[in-house]
Amino acid sequence: MNALEVAASVRAGATTAVEVVAECLERVATRNAELNVFIHLDAEGALASAARVDERVAAGASLPLAGVPVALKDNLCVRGQPTTAGSRILAGWRPPYDATVVGRLAGAGAVALGKANMDEFAMGSSTETSAYGPTRNPLDPTRVPGGSSGGSAAAVAAGMVPVALGSDTGGSIRQPAALCGLVGVKPTYGLVSRYGLIAFASSLDQIGPFAHTVAEAALVLEVIAGHDPLDTTSLPEPAPELSSHLDDGVAGRRVGLVRELVEGADPEVLDAVRRAAETLTRAGATVEEVSIPEIKLGLSAYYLIAPAEASSNLARYDGVRYGLRVDGPDVEAMNVATRTVGFGDEVKRRIMLGTYALSAGYYDAYYGQALKVRTRMIEAFARAYARVDTLLGATAPSVAFALGAKTQDPLAMYLSDVFTIPTNLAGEAAVSVPFGAGEGGLPIGVQLLGPARSEARLLAAARVLEAEGGR
Amino acid sequence: MSLPEGWEMVVGLEVHTELRTATKLFCGCANAFGAEPNTQTCPVCLGLPGSLPVLNRRAVELAMAIGLALHATVSPSTFHRKNYFYPDMPKDFQISQYDRPINAGGHLDLPDGSRVGIERAHLEEDTGKSTHLGGTGRIHGAERSLVDYNRAGVPLVEIVSAPDLRSSAQARAYAAELRGILMATGASDGRMEEGSMRIDANVSVHRVGEPFATRCELKNLNSLRSLQRAIDYEADRQYALVASGGVVRQETRHWDEDRGVTSTMRVKEEADDYRYFQEPDLVELDPAPAWVEAVRAGLGPMPAERRARLAALLGTPSPAQFDAVETVVDLGVDDHVDAAIAAGVEPDRAIARAANELAGDPHERAGLTPGAFAATLRLEQSGDLSATQAKTVLATLALSGGDPAAVARELGFERMASGELESLVDRLIAEHPEEWGRYREGDDKLAQFFTGQVMRATRGQADGKAVVEVLRARRG
Repeated sequence: MNALEVAASVRAGATTAVEVVAECLERVATRNAELNVFIHLDAEGALASAARVDERVAAGASLPLAGVPVALKDNLCVRGQPTTAGSRILAGWRPPYDATVVGRLAGAGAVALGKANMDEFAMGSSTETSAYGPTRNPLDPTRVPGGSSGGSAAAVAAGMVPVALGSDTGGSIRQPAALCGLVGVKPTYGLVSRYGLIAFASSLDQIGPFAHTVAEAALVLEVIAGHDPLDTTSLPEPAPELSSHLDDGVAGRRVGLVRELVEGADPEVLDAVRRAAETLTRAGATVEEVSIPEIKLGLSAYYLIAPAEASSNLARYDGVRYGLRVDGPDVEAMNVATRTVGFGDEVKRRIMLGTYALSAGYYDAYYGQALKVRTRMIEAFARAYARVDTLLGATAPSVAFALGAKTQDPLAMYLSDVFTIPTNLAGEAAVSVPFGAGEGGLPIGVQLLGPARSEARLLAAARVLEAEGGR
Repeated sequence: MSLPEGWEMVVGLEVHTELRTATKLFCGCANAFGAEPNTQTCPVCLGLPGSLPVLNRRAVELAMAIGLALHATVSPSTFHRKNYFYPDMPKDFQISQYDRPINAGGHLDLPDGSRVGIERAHLEEDTGKSTHLGGTGRIHGAERSLVDYNRAGVPLVEIVSAPDLRSSAQARAYAAELRGILMATGASDGRMEEGSMRIDANVSVHRVGEPFATRCELKNLNSLRSLQRAIDYEADRQYALVASGGVVRQETRHWDEDRGVTSTMRVKEEADDYRYFQEPDLVELDPAPAWVEAVRAGLGPMPAERRARLAALLGTPSPAQFDAVETVVDLGVDDHVDAAIAAGVEPDRAIARAANELAGDPHERAGLTPGAFAATLRLEQSGDLSATQAKTVLATLALSGGDPAAVARELGFERMASGELESLVDRLIAEHPEEWGRYREGDDKLAQFFTGQVMRATRGQADGKAVVEVLRARRG
């Protein structure tokens, strides 16, 4: 099921949104128990929304995503629908408002089926830290789908929906896209409004799409991007034109294959990246090897900055106003009991890390130092983009790994994001596109990186790789 | 008790003022006092997951106006998060300004000629309001706590003085002058009793010439009077402690207005690592120079300038007259005085009447426009109304508005013909021969007796001065 085809068909009256949604709901019913993709399904609401889309189409509305079913990562607020960010602490909470992206999708005719599982507060790389149990990879249910947007990726990979939204703080769209054989886009910071996205690390978080094809991802991104007065950090400009540039190709483009973005990757991943470079060369690009040593500092800077922001963003879950409350003899005891019961181990680990990094006497050595690294990272990318216009590397070091393989070793889990984190620190754009297969026929993703606002160029390059398919 | 020779107190004030914006600092909720609890809230000021702040342009303008009125420099600034847990703070952090405030480095000149440094005046959001029920009535040990988030996110400017104040009277004068400036900028209504202006005082004592000593921060200072009393109490307490060989602990102390004492609220060691870091949901605030200059150009005259102007109208004012000038400026009723003087009323009368008759809540005298005020005083000056009648007319106008002459007629305040007054006085002389005799022999106090009789007979409508003139004429 392809989103462009669905929308065209619904617009043409060849099918109805209700039929499309009903079909998707059947697929969810078939596989959700096994895969644990949706942690909240709103079948009734989805069918009602679909009926309204059909009415709008009948009334002559031209909707770019007419009748297209979508899955929403559970950290996106939907009015009246359970929204938990994968955490027990928000169990039962129903936001009184829609995230900006949710409103834009609905305006474009898309129909949300429900909320997709995720690592708790987006902290994880395998969707195993969810309070609602792990999600399994539809391509091999003994393996993880990646994370933290694993539910969104799995929903698309399992054919439950053609497209889905995730959020990417350190790779949480691109890594699961790679592990599930999908296209995943981490847009430029500020391209997509964060209003209504439950914050993990505010200076790094971006919402973006998952899809089987570059064209579908581009269309969804066009719908959700563009300035939002409710998000001060959103770029002051309308959504970029992406779909019209998909066939721009890469002729004359200068591509840098980044040594540090393949170092430590499995040989089959390295091989896929090399073949991607050859494909781009054949399509008319010039590919050279480049080195950006600062990339190696990214992981440690990220694991100070993101937890520091998270320690503050997650303070509000104190049992006073909404979500879980575990009573105690006084307010402070209630706060502690609520947070002790409500947060999982990974979230607690990061709150402690972040609190420590910001504490008096440690700020300069940790958080302050990490900010300096971040500045160096931005400068290093700028130097690279003075020479080449696109960077190429691996998305993840390996194909999808087995459930439980890394849950006892946080550092090994953190290393899953080593290639994706630098883009978030720099606030720039990157796309993961499937390219070839590795162990057990599982997909490999390669990553295309560009400066801020380079989405059109990255998607055109991704399209060249997609056409080749890595075979 | 005061400090002995050679010792002095060192005081710095932190003044929080709510800004008179229509909406809150980071959302579109109404910024208004007194609504039903939790009716002026939205996802943003409740800190709901996913919500984001958007800075209020008008709040920035008013903050700049305060800074410029205090001769501070407006600079590009950033917002930080001040992290601590408290139930009335929806996000469990406060968005404030830290190392780069919007206004820095100004000063304020007091009426006595002293100059107090202003370190900074920065923007931040207010918290909600907790009510603790049962038990101790404080957060620890209460049975239940209720929180009203209407105030959460209301814009505040915190004005931090340098530790330049050396007496409680000077601290009080600073607070009063600052209040006048805040009101003159339009940024604040200056109401301490509603909490729209809140003062914390940092107090220490030291031997003159030695370095500053450890300070304590005083809270719960709800009036200028309690500010002054609390500082005096605290300076005495610290001196007594030091004099008896003790050491002052850095701590936050609570002023108990009823008992007239300060007591420990929070010791510094227990407190407070706020883990400040730059608020990632907001961008740098960098007002364009043209905007800053427009705000500067829009500033009206400040209280010192206004006092000087009014005092000049009086020539060489007496202390009582200068008090009236201060009151007029405090009340912000310069316009009424100006209108009256323009209508030909003597400045002395205009200032005195404005100071005495225009006190209280401006909303409760909305009908008393500068024009009506001027016309009433004009009637008084021409003798058409007695002083008592004029005050009654002013009070009536305040409540219901209208034309002063018409109001006077409705009240039955016809000017008493002089012949009528003379015959009344003659009758009273005849009825009180003994008092008249004493008056004739030079006991002027008896003039009051006869004036009182006339006022009773005319229900206060006669002109007291005219009565005395008739009495004098009869005495010959």
